[in-house]
Amino acid sequence: MGQGAFGFIKTTGGKRMIEIQNLTKRYGQIKAVTNLNFSVEKGEILGFLGPNGAGKSTTMNIITGYIPSTEGTVKVCGYDIMEEPQEVKKRIGYLPEQPPVYMDLTVNEYLDFVADLKMVDKKKKRAQISEIMDLVKIGDHKNRLIKNLSKGYKQRVGLAQALVGNPEVLILDEPTVGLDPKQIIEIRRLIKALGREHTIILSSHILPEVSAVCERVVIINKGEIAAVDTPENLSRGFNSASKLSATIAGPKSSVLSAIREIYGVKYADVNMEKDKETINYIIESDKEIDIRKPLFFAMARLGYPIIELKSMDMTLEDIFLHIVTQEKEVM
Amino acid sequence: MWAVYRKELRSYFYSPIAYVLIGLFILLTSIFFFLGNLASRVADFSGIVGTMGFILVFIIPVLTMRILAEDRKNGTEVLLLTSPSRLSGIVIGKFLAAFTVFLILTVLTFVYPVIIVLLGGKITAQLVGSYIGFILLGASFISVGVFASSITENQVVAVIVGFVSLLVMWIIDSLAGFIGGFAGKVLSWFSLLSRYEDFNKGILSLSPIVYYISFTAVFIFITIQMIEKRRWSQG
Repeated sequence: MGQGAFGFIKTTGGKRMIEIQNLTKRYGQIKAVTNLNFSVEKGEILGFLGPNGAGKSTTMNIITGYIPSTEGTVKVCGYDIMEEPQEVKKRIGYLPEQPPVYMDLTVNEYLDFVADLKMVDKKKKRAQISEIMDLVKIGDHKNRLIKNLSKGYKQRVGLAQALVGNPEVLILDEPTVGLDPKQIIEIRRLIKALGREHTIILSSHILPEVSAVCERVVIINKGEIAAVDTPENLSRGFNSASKLSATIAGPKSSVLSAIREIYGVKYADVNMEKDKETINYIIESDKEIDIRKPLFFAMARLGYPIIELKSMDMTLEDIFLHIVTQEKEVM
Repeated sequence: MWAVYRKELRSYFYSPIAYVLIGLFILLTSIFFFLGNLASRVADFSGIVGTMGFILVFIIPVLTMRILAEDRKNGTEVLLLTSPSRLSGIVIGKFLAAFTVFLILTVLTFVYPVIIVLLGGKITAQLVGSYIGFILLGASFISVGVFASSITENQVVAVIVGFVSLLVMWIIDSLAGFIGGFAGKVLSWFSLLSRYEDFNKGILSLSPIVYYISFTAVFIFITIQMIEKRRWSQG
């Protein structure tokens, strides 16, 4: 599979845990994933973001060795998934989209089976399983059949399964899908805690989740990488100016001219007139300059009260939509 | 391999399948035993063992239907294939679990020869031979059933494919004789029955034993290849 003569080189030193080069997956004529390149460093939590059908699950299935790639290489801890799949699989814990649980087993029996399947040392097995059950909080349900558990608990059992064998790398495909808000927060906290010792790739189509948990984000759309950066840089990079929305009670023309005089304001205009006296304005200013204080004093001097003032920084959501729709326009 | 083996065996006895199949089998064989041995005052059980082989055509596909198809349907296949265990070990583990249930079923039928012995009969070489044949036949049938389960995620399809394949293999001799020539020869390679009959006659030679074992190995190998191939083409 074209790994060339360099297949034997191992990235030691534990820096790059996952390296993906020119990864392509084709089904006949259809390209599911095209030319992906990214790497994940030790201890990093990477967010894998994209709309449904963007190729997230396909990529994850390839990294974990469930399906082979058409072209390109995937290396985990320096081992090539095509050449030494066993070595790679030993080091990865995978939670697929649908938790791979056996309905007719109890939680305890299931995790015991997974531990045997992952060839966990017999002596350490019991201790490790109970530790994991404590971690994902399923200890109280350990003797229940998995089919009788709620969706949220099945998801936890799925996560527990990924943790068995204490793999260095965790691949989690939409780990919070189907959970209630309280459970989502718990799972996110757990993932963050796991990130201290594990290298994690986490896929999601929910943006706040990614920005809450991940240090770096790969946005994927139609099988191609659209952006790679930290959540902060992403939101900064797309804002050349900072935007404010201000609702001010006062005559339009004098308010506008007063705003335009403030240092740093690049643009100001009426957004919406609620009534004659109360008008909503959109103000853009240089990124580095915070105009909120000077705006307050300017309006106070004129005697026009500010009813509402809020920042309109782009959320990850906006950026995501921006990237996704931009690509659509190009095509 | 043993992790999968233990889990599958456990699943068999957690679900009603194993009990229903064993119960059904014992019911049928006891009827045969009553009619063929007790009522007709015949002390030879090996003839009934021959008939038991035919019952397997119906029993085995049900025994093996879920063995791979269920993993595919429930998404647990991902767990198995992304684990460090080898695919060959997983498939063989599953095969051995089904084979173990089959052996339990076989051992339970030992009660009939024991009754015959208690009534003054003898364990004949022919009986031992027919049991060896029966066990080998069962292994071959299970390998076909496991294969049928690997081609679909639908257990009903798996059971039908398994049943039809076994039935065709059962009657293939007459089919091969009818077609004749080279094609007939190829078909007769699949004839599990012609070798089985040798055992029932009390002829114990190496070649049918080798035949059954290699038949089983080939089908397990094809099953592994089938799953491998699907990995390359699936979404």
